[in-house]
Amino acid sequence: MSDETGDRRTGLRSTLASVGSDRGRFAIGNLLSTNAETTGMTANSGSKAAETTAAERTTDAGADSGAEMSAADRPLGSPRVDDAIIESRDLDVFYGDTQALQGINMDIPEKQVTALIGPSGCGKSTFLRSINRMNDLIDVARVEGELHFHGKNIYDDDVDPVALRRKIGMVFQKPNPFPKSIFDNVAYGLRVQGKDDDIEEKVHQALERAALIDEVEDKLDESGLDLSGGQQQRLCIARAIATDPEVILMDEPASALDPVATSKIEDLVEELAQEYTVAIVTHNMQQAARISDKTAVFLTGGHLVEFDDTNKIFENPESDRVEDYITGKFG
Amino acid sequence: MSSERMDLSRNGNDVGTLGDRVARYAFFSCAFVTVLTTIAIILVLINGAVGFFRQATLVELLGDAVSAGSVGGAADAIGEGLAAQVTVTEFLFGTDWSPLIEPTSYGVLPLVWGTLVVTVGSALIAVPVGTLTAIYLSEYADERVRRTLKPILEILAGIPTIVYGFFALSFITPIIQFFFPQTGTFNATSAAIVVGIMIIPMISSLSEDAMSAVPDSLRNAAYGLGATKLEVSTQVVLPASLSGILAAYVLGLSRAIGETMAVALAMGMLPQITTNPLEEMQTMTAYMVQVGISDVSVGSIQYQSLFAVGLTLFAMTFAMNVLSMWVRSRYREEYQ
Repeated sequence: MSDETGDRRTGLRSTLASVGSDRGRFAIGNLLSTNAETTGMTANSGSKAAETTAAERTTDAGADSGAEMSAADRPLGSPRVDDAIIESRDLDVFYGDTQALQGINMDIPEKQVTALIGPSGCGKSTFLRSINRMNDLIDVARVEGELHFHGKNIYDDDVDPVALRRKIGMVFQKPNPFPKSIFDNVAYGLRVQGKDDDIEEKVHQALERAALIDEVEDKLDESGLDLSGGQQQRLCIARAIATDPEVILMDEPASALDPVATSKIEDLVEELAQEYTVAIVTHNMQQAARISDKTAVFLTGGHLVEFDDTNKIFENPESDRVEDYITGKFG
Repeated sequence: MSSERMDLSRNGNDVGTLGDRVARYAFFSCAFVTVLTTIAIILVLINGAVGFFRQATLVELLGDAVSAGSVGGAADAIGEGLAAQVTVTEFLFGTDWSPLIEPTSYGVLPLVWGTLVVTVGSALIAVPVGTLTAIYLSEYADERVRRTLKPILEILAGIPTIVYGFFALSFITPIIQFFFPQTGTFNATSAAIVVGIMIIPMISSLSEDAMSAVPDSLRNAAYGLGATKLEVSTQVVLPASLSGILAAYVLGLSRAIGETMAVALAMGMLPQITTNPLEEMQTMTAYMVQVGISDVSVGSIQYQSLFAVGLTLFAMTFAMNVLSMWVRSRYREEYQ
């Protein structure tokens, strides 16, 4: 599988490169020249178009497994995937009176990288946090709808969020190592989950898989806070994978890092997808294009507008608003 | 145009006007008053303590030397004044304190013992209760409960300590006597309990501040790894805020060391070293109250013993404050 994935990615990258040069506007500089007024207008007019198209398309849903998707909030593209490990169905999230997510319907395929992109405040991080029920920790947050993990709705009353989070690890936007030694940081999850047999070996392995071991081998008892930002983030990734979860959620894991550290994290994400399911929120569209297999585009107001294979989204999106966002006309 | 050139040079009028300068000196002198007071208190304590250990105080020595007229006379007067009255060894290591009844004896240890019993006893109550209260307020209580509980705790801190003394005497002591009938009206247990209750707000409030300062990113990291609320509180938040919590303990305990009225009322006036906490004992502060309200004459050795005991007490609380500062810097965590 890894060879195949590798080939596919190489293909995707060359495709994207050509897209970039052909259109001549696939550059981050364009993202900065966004006009706020245009943004609002595009968003409003596009929203209605998206709904209409979505309603028309419901008939060709790939209904081979899992829960059905409702017609109303079905995004453009192919929101159903064959080997889904997570299926979101009409998921609404509210913070007090504000609705942060509007009927999200999408699948996350197993052992692939799914990127969630969109402008600030579009709800992509909220969606990520609702996958492992981190929103439970916010007093005013309220969730409606269903989110299935291995076919089980995690918002059922009999689901223990603590047990869920042991299966679905998380890496945050800002590196947040504990004020403990490097070893204890990685060992923490193993200890709370009672997996602390052969702990030395497991910590070593996790640091190895997080591509950090060479840099910290001789100083495992030093504080995790003494590492550089990029090293801290890889330490947090090591901490998350040490307990061997099935899914790893990453909330803009490279946004606080310099380009060199960022490229290390990106390499690592591709590496991790061989063993884990990865869902990654990112602001950086080239990053999404480089590392992901599927891409979900959220736009203003907590709507998931389009979900599809990453190359489809970046080459030929169905929604004009998505195309505008990808090419930097708005966002 | 050149005649209109802006002039930015100082000419003595635009910078540091009279009003500015007056305000500056007013603020400075207010700050300086506290410094002066501290210095004055330390000097008074030392002067009085010298009078206790030697025949004369520093001020008296100075007066004698000046009035002696000659250099030799002055030396004699100082030599005479410096003759020992109570030796430092006897004071610091003596186990009998009976300054008012002949034969007098000035071993401070029974008073130190009484203070230690109250301090340790109150810590046994206030440290666990205060810490758990802080964890509850910071990690478990929702906003509404916190808004109700915190003011109540602060009211607890605002009750005059003499009221705590009555409370101990009229409420806690009878309860202890119910279970242990041999308990006296004045006993160390009752005093320790009431001082413990008294310092709970201090410990819980300062500890809660320290815990609330731990950034949520650390909590999220632990929750994300499948930690329970209890694990997050005890394994992440508590260690991360350890310096603040330890400093709260030390400050609470130094308050217990210096506590006066409640212990004078509840614990009694009998200086003795005993391991039975149901017996009457006397703290350093209670002794100072006792001398203060008695009719000993100014300049007498009993009167001067106040300064020696006071200096000892000051040394203890000062040491606690230094310890608190050391703990703060030693265990300070950067969370970034």
